[in-house]
Amino acid sequence: MREAIIHGPEALIEGATPASNLLPLRVEGLTLDLGGRRVLDGLNMELGPTGCTVILGPNGAGKSQLLRALHGLLQPAAGVVDWNGVTPAQAMSRQALVFQKPVLLRRSVAANIDFVLRSRGLPRARRDDLLDHVGLAHKARQPARLLSGGEAQRLALARALATDPDVLFLDEPTASLDPASVNRIEHIIRRATLRGARVILVTHDIGQARRMADDIVFLHGGRVTEHAPATRFFPHPETLAARAHVTGGLVL
Amino acid sequence: MLDMGEAFGVAVALVLSGDGDLMEIVALSLRVSLTATIAACAIGLPVGALVATSRFRGRGAVLVVMNALMGLPPVVVGLIVYLHLSRAGPLGFLGLLYTPAAMIIAQTILIAPITAALSRQVIEDMHAEYADHFRSLCLSTRQTVQALLWDARYALLTVALAGFGRAVAEVGAVMIVGGNIDHLTRVMTTAIALETSKGDLPLALGLGIVLMILALGVNALVHSLRLTAVRQAYA
Ligand SMILES: Nc1ncnc2c1ncn2[C@@H]1O[C@H](COP(=O)(O)OP(=O)(O)OP(=O)(O)O)[C@@H](O)[C@H]1O
Ligand SMILES: [Mg+2]
Repeated sequence: MREAIIHGPEALIEGATPASNLLPLRVEGLTLDLGGRRVLDGLNMELGPTGCTVILGPNGAGKSQLLRALHGLLQPAAGVVDWNGVTPAQAMSRQALVFQKPVLLRRSVAANIDFVLRSRGLPRARRDDLLDHVGLAHKARQPARLLSGGEAQRLALARALATDPDVLFLDEPTASLDPASVNRIEHIIRRATLRGARVILVTHDIGQARRMADDIVFLHGGRVTEHAPATRFFPHPETLAARAHVTGGLVL
Repeated sequence: MLDMGEAFGVAVALVLSGDGDLMEIVALSLRVSLTATIAACAIGLPVGALVATSRFRGRGAVLVVMNALMGLPPVVVGLIVYLHLSRAGPLGFLGLLYTPAAMIIAQTILIAPITAALSRQVIEDMHAEYADHFRSLCLSTRQTVQALLWDARYALLTVALAGFGRAVAEVGAVMIVGGNIDHLTRVMTTAIALETSKGDLPLALGLGIVLMILALGVNALVHSLRLTAVRQAYA
């Protein structure tokens, strides 16, 4: 039995063990065309069994579409996405994706969680813990669509955690959060990683990348131009684009 | 024959007094059209949701037909139902012709395309927004349709009211299959047609007033539903 994400701190003590056999992930020649434009262009990447991978890259680099393709929501024009022998479509039910713009149902905050739990046949009792976890317990009865931007993102994260996914895709999950909430969300993500979930995180917050990443994937022009452990990437970014991105310089 | 002003006065008095005949006619109208609306929603909403969420060959043609059927002429629907229910027709053995049941069937056929086509539009827009999330959750078609029907509930109530409005106001279909029989199949629209031709303007006008009030009420309801939905961010 795996530890549920919502378990207490004692779950933190044990080291990260892979929760599933969906990893390693192998991506070869991934090419994606959207609206007549080539968004990903022969992208290659390999992700190991555990930890948190942070994907960096400028606006429009293709980060969000890459997550969609890895999750199986987009059909690539060419290339292979291989979750340790299974296709994205087969792996999808054991993964969760928090979208850059969260889509919340036209229901109460609590009902948004209930919907996910019910769709997976999970006990509704988990809901209150999940809401508490992201600091939304006091808003449970409120219409979800009246939440602030940051609250909506926290609800989307709680909803993703509800299914106890083996792989968690997070597309800028803290983009509109206040500093305290960022702390809280990072803590939750870290706990999920320790529980064994494989986290793939897109962010523009370099500080967050430093805090969270085990390895960094740098995306530029539809390809991975650099993939390195965080300990090596930050002191010595190899490519000019990555160096500029990290230091806030401009690369066109 | 009374002049217009007098007739109007008598008509208002008739409505206010709760005249027995008038009330009977109003009650039958409501029973027939509300039942037809419920039946049309039971058929139309799932069909609309299924078409909205699926992609198949010939989908464009289906949409064109669905939209065209919204404009079915009531007399044509009445005629078709008549041909089926008449004693010589395939369903003649049921003995439904000239009963409220026949009128309900005709009105259901008349407005089912409206509920289907309008709900298809509403649900398709919502599905465009939810599709990625639902696919990520690996929902079945059934779960997807159920969730969309529930989340679109306010808009769908408006769709149902549009269907009801059309049913309660049509005269051609209920006239042909109901026959406008006094105390049995006489509804507001057929009564208005008959009383006008007979020259009994007060009853015709009285029923006309009730019909107008109903239309007003339906629209007020639609409006307040929309306000509620917007206020709760469920629109
Ligand atoms: N449906 C679409 N049709 C056409 N082009 C698209 C579509 N979706 C995305 N794109 C394009 O693909 C490119 C990559 O988009 P993507 O959303 O992956 O960028 P991103 O790296 O996530 O950027 P950001 O940091 O701004 O979120 C963009 O140039 C975008 O315009
Ligand atoms: Mg993005």
